[in-house]
Amino acid sequence: MPGLEDLYREIILDHYRSPRNRGELESPPAVRVEGFNPLCGDEIVVTLDVEDGVLADIKIAGTGCSISQSSASLMSAAVKGKPLAEVRELIATFKGMMSIHESTLPADGQGGATVEAPEPEAIDVDALGELAALQGVVKFPVRIKCATLSWNTLTQGLDDSGVSA
Amino acid sequence: MADVTTAADAPIDGATLAKDFPLLSREVHGRRITYLDSAASSQRPTAVLDAMRVYDETTHANVHRGVYAIAEEATRQFEAARTNVGRFIGAPVPAREVVFTKNATEALNLIAHSWGRTHLAPGDVVVLTEMEHHANIVPWHMLAAERGIELRWLPVDDDGRLVLDDLEQVLDGAKLLGVTCMSNVLGTLNPIAELATAAHDAGAIIVADACQSVPHLPTDVAALGVDLLAFSAHKMLGPTGIGVLWGREELLESLPPFLGGGEMILDVRKDGFTPNDIPWRFEAGTPPITQAVGLGAAVDYLRAVGMDAVRAHEIALTGYAMEALVERFGDDIRIFGPPEPEARGGVLSFAFRDVHPHDISQILDEYGVCVRAGHHCAKPLMRRLGVNATARASFALYNDEHDVDTLVDALDAAGRFFS
Repeated sequence: MPGLEDLYREIILDHYRSPRNRGELESPPAVRVEGFNPLCGDEIVVTLDVEDGVLADIKIAGTGCSISQSSASLMSAAVKGKPLAEVRELIATFKGMMSIHESTLPADGQGGATVEAPEPEAIDVDALGELAALQGVVKFPVRIKCATLSWNTLTQGLDDSGVSA
Repeated sequence: MADVTTAADAPIDGATLAKDFPLLSREVHGRRITYLDSAASSQRPTAVLDAMRVYDETTHANVHRGVYAIAEEATRQFEAARTNVGRFIGAPVPAREVVFTKNATEALNLIAHSWGRTHLAPGDVVVLTEMEHHANIVPWHMLAAERGIELRWLPVDDDGRLVLDDLEQVLDGAKLLGVTCMSNVLGTLNPIAELATAAHDAGAIIVADACQSVPHLPTDVAALGVDLLAFSAHKMLGPTGIGVLWGREELLESLPPFLGGGEMILDVRKDGFTPNDIPWRFEAGTPPITQAVGLGAAVDYLRAVGMDAVRAHEIALTGYAMEALVERFGDDIRIFGPPEPEARGGVLSFAFRDVHPHDISQILDEYGVCVRAGHHCAKPLMRRLGVNATARASFALYNDEHDVDTLVDALDAAGRFFS
């Protein structure tokens, strides 16, 4: 059985207690997207400014558990000021890390079918920096949605911004 | 009941009854399990598990069909379970007024479908309360979108009680009042008999969601004065896959079928069909037979323990838990719902410091303590309370003070972890 220390790493608790980039950017001009986790009622608001193909600014609002809040905080720190192409790549890498377990476990109710996910070795965890601290979440399957909520919301925000990477 | 060790309505010793429930002897993360999520789904005693196994091993055949011995026995057991359940809730005509559904949600959908589509026109009013479970909200939203009916809401006060000051006004012109007997979040016991009288005075029928009340306190549909009432077997020591709709005989007789198929018909022709008599009119397809047998055994178990004893046990345990939590955590804990244990069922939703319920539940799990964290399928109520989610501990007859002590200690650990 994985221990709590796998889930609640020190970096995660730090970002939970002192979230980075908290608040909302003025919208418009910022793109504003809300995300919901129907499982636990968590709500997240991502506001972002895209300028010249760069994610110039991002802020996170809403409420949630330590995993969803720290993931959002870590995400904001990782993507702020980055070119959109890099942001998209980071999203793909992070979501890849979060779906490792799905490729190795039978999916619920799918008669043993497995979910398409990148091969574990294809994911460059080193490229994730501090975000790698969230790796332990995959050992707690019900919490994966907490960790990916902000990332899915950001993806929707990028799509809504109408600027393709 | 071979394994009920107390006489009916003798005081309950939770730890003794817990021995009747095999799952409660297992360990989680190296500790004895402390199961405090019976409001979501209860555990099953050996008597229920055995009844279903024996039926499956010796009697199973489809019901209402074959003329061979086991088919007749299966039918007899299935219909006996129906009558047994009906008697348990005081149904005046148990053999005709109890409809087996998939769960309480399906029972409530059945009402919205069969009653709603034949009794509601654009502009008609359905009254619900802010503390309803989504199962008693969404079917009415769906009907509102389809038929243009109006939904009105009875509000909830800061103590988690219904505000009934404007009841007459809210019910004015209403066709139906849908209300939970006991909130699955707050534990609040609603004054159903009073609401039934008010609804009938206004010319409305009353639908009661009894999922949380039937498993935990004596139920008498006639005394309550309701028209329709829904509950699920899996919250009352029975199996999943079967729920109950009880309805007054004349009302059920006036309703059209819900789902179409076998069993629910008297005759099918190329130009139409003739629906079957109640209750089978509402039971299209092969019903959950094994589960009905299990539900019947669950009712026998509850009856042998005695529902008055169950209620007394849970009031005492809820009072003990409320005191223990406040004593240990003071202002750091906020318990939602009425402050008096007698005004509520054994459901405790709480906020603990600023620790998110999901995180509380995660740490508690490490101590083998099972509590629910989330919105409990009651998002309008969550918005009223000003929270996204709560942690919820809920009790059943197999819990005792030791379970509460374990909860309090584990919560203390969660507080230290996130401080």
